[in-house]
Amino acid sequence: MLAMNYRGPYRVRVAHKPHPEILHPQDAIVRVTRSCICGSDLHLYHGLVPDTRVGSTFGHEFVGIVEEIGPDVTKIKVGDQVLVPFNIACGECVFCKQEMYGNCHESNAQATAVGAIYGYSHTAGGYDGGQAEYARVPYANVGPTVIPADMDPDDAVLLTDVVPTGYQAAEMAGIQTGDTVVVFGAGPVGIMAAKCAWLFGAGRVIVIDHVEYRLEFVRNYAQCEAYNFESLEDPVLFIKKTTAWLGADVCIDAVGADAAGSAMQTLTGRKLLLQAGSATALHWAINAVKKGGIVSVVGVYGPTDNLVPIGNMMNKGLTMRGNQTSVKRLLPRLIEHVQAGRLDPKGIITHRVPLEEVADAYHIFSAKLDNCIKTVLIPSPAKM
Amino acid sequence: MEKTAKDFAHIKGWGIDADPKNDPTYPYKHRTNGEHAGYIRPDIPQQPLTVEVLHSNERPNITAVFGTSVPPSGLSGILRRYAFKFSENEYGHWLPLLLADRVNVVEGILDDLVHGHIPNLFAEKGGKSDWKFNRKSQLLKAGIGTALGIATIVLLSQKKGKKAKR
Repeated sequence: MLAMNYRGPYRVRVAHKPHPEILHPQDAIVRVTRSCICGSDLHLYHGLVPDTRVGSTFGHEFVGIVEEIGPDVTKIKVGDQVLVPFNIACGECVFCKQEMYGNCHESNAQATAVGAIYGYSHTAGGYDGGQAEYARVPYANVGPTVIPADMDPDDAVLLTDVVPTGYQAAEMAGIQTGDTVVVFGAGPVGIMAAKCAWLFGAGRVIVIDHVEYRLEFVRNYAQCEAYNFESLEDPVLFIKKTTAWLGADVCIDAVGADAAGSAMQTLTGRKLLLQAGSATALHWAINAVKKGGIVSVVGVYGPTDNLVPIGNMMNKGLTMRGNQTSVKRLLPRLIEHVQAGRLDPKGIITHRVPLEEVADAYHIFSAKLDNCIKTVLIPSPAKM
Repeated sequence: MEKTAKDFAHIKGWGIDADPKNDPTYPYKHRTNGEHAGYIRPDIPQQPLTVEVLHSNERPNITAVFGTSVPPSGLSGILRRYAFKFSENEYGHWLPLLLADRVNVVEGILDDLVHGHIPNLFAEKGGKSDWKFNRKSQLLKAGIGTALGIATIVLLSQKKGKKAKR
């Protein structure tokens, strides 16, 4: 089968790989019909995540058709169209039983600090991802969810990660009615976090980024304010001023390790790898939130260390919350939101690219060319 | 076994200010406090170990299910095995992994060549799309590269000329 194949930082290609097999009684094999490139895939693509091995296939946002099931799979059947949450979760460990499906303790042998994620390095379990014609889906009674008959597959594929992650970012932010919410990052997750902040009753939503076309997009898509930090002398000072000098009630870091905006963070985090990526957005979030405020982190960082003003967190009495999204927990509510028209996931898709052109798709997304917001890869047998 | 207030009877005021609402993990964790019993392997069949899987020393075993993509091999594999002697808390774990990733890139190129495949770096880096959407920058980079190349050749030829005169 054809699959995306990582060759090193900024280098990927499509190559033939063996067809995945059932390796465990609870496995399924899914024929992929849609697979997205996630903003967090760029951290892998840029070589920022330790134990990203040459030959790996990325892709943790995919939908498809069940081709084969293991003998213990009872919740889905061959022929079902399923969306596959990005977390690989057993459903039976102590964390899954508490609905922390993003923190499963029985799917990632290689690290205890993160659950397993499809196609997201060996640090996240060493599973091949869905940017391929077929994917092995472990614990198929838990993750894969049959796509409702009336749901567009383009909406469904965005329910595997980006929508739940944006939603959980807003949820973890503990937004109260009337709160001012600042979202750092106008990538797909930041856009969705801004959109979801309204569902929790935000009074004002502000997005900060430096890519002008994305700011324009989020203004329209999420009906919010959006500012280019390159035109603000100091984004933290701007937020203080625009919130009558107290700071935002809530700040959301929807950027993670690839943040721009600070030469020191970029040099030490992205170029020299002396820290686990550039923590500029988190730094700004801690400093821009009010005393007693909440910082919600869904931006992905590597597992080592980052330079952030942690002293300010204590002195300001902040609550900092973060987690890999528990997709399965959120799906029922989010499917309702999509079906009711409150969320329009497919509205952020700007590029549909054949899987064979994966290298160009990554470059376009990484370099933010052609006004790219969200890219969907489509294997040849599936319809564009 | 879960402890009860009786177990703490000797501590004056034990639990008097406990407040279940004081839980920053709400609503993403439906708290059962199951962790208090420590790690208990769920009753899930073990996936047969058909490839080498490195496992964190912060857990006692390999998970019931695991990924089988790209087992460790070569020099990068040696580095990765070394890394897994250290806990996730140690630089000794992560820095060798980062080094292994870079070594692995060279191994990947050598492997391509051994198999008669010359990697098309232009295509792998998305050169086609860059030419389509970012032509100005590509031309600029090519221009700078050419200028630097010419300058280097000129400098080297001048040095050679001086040496020859001596």
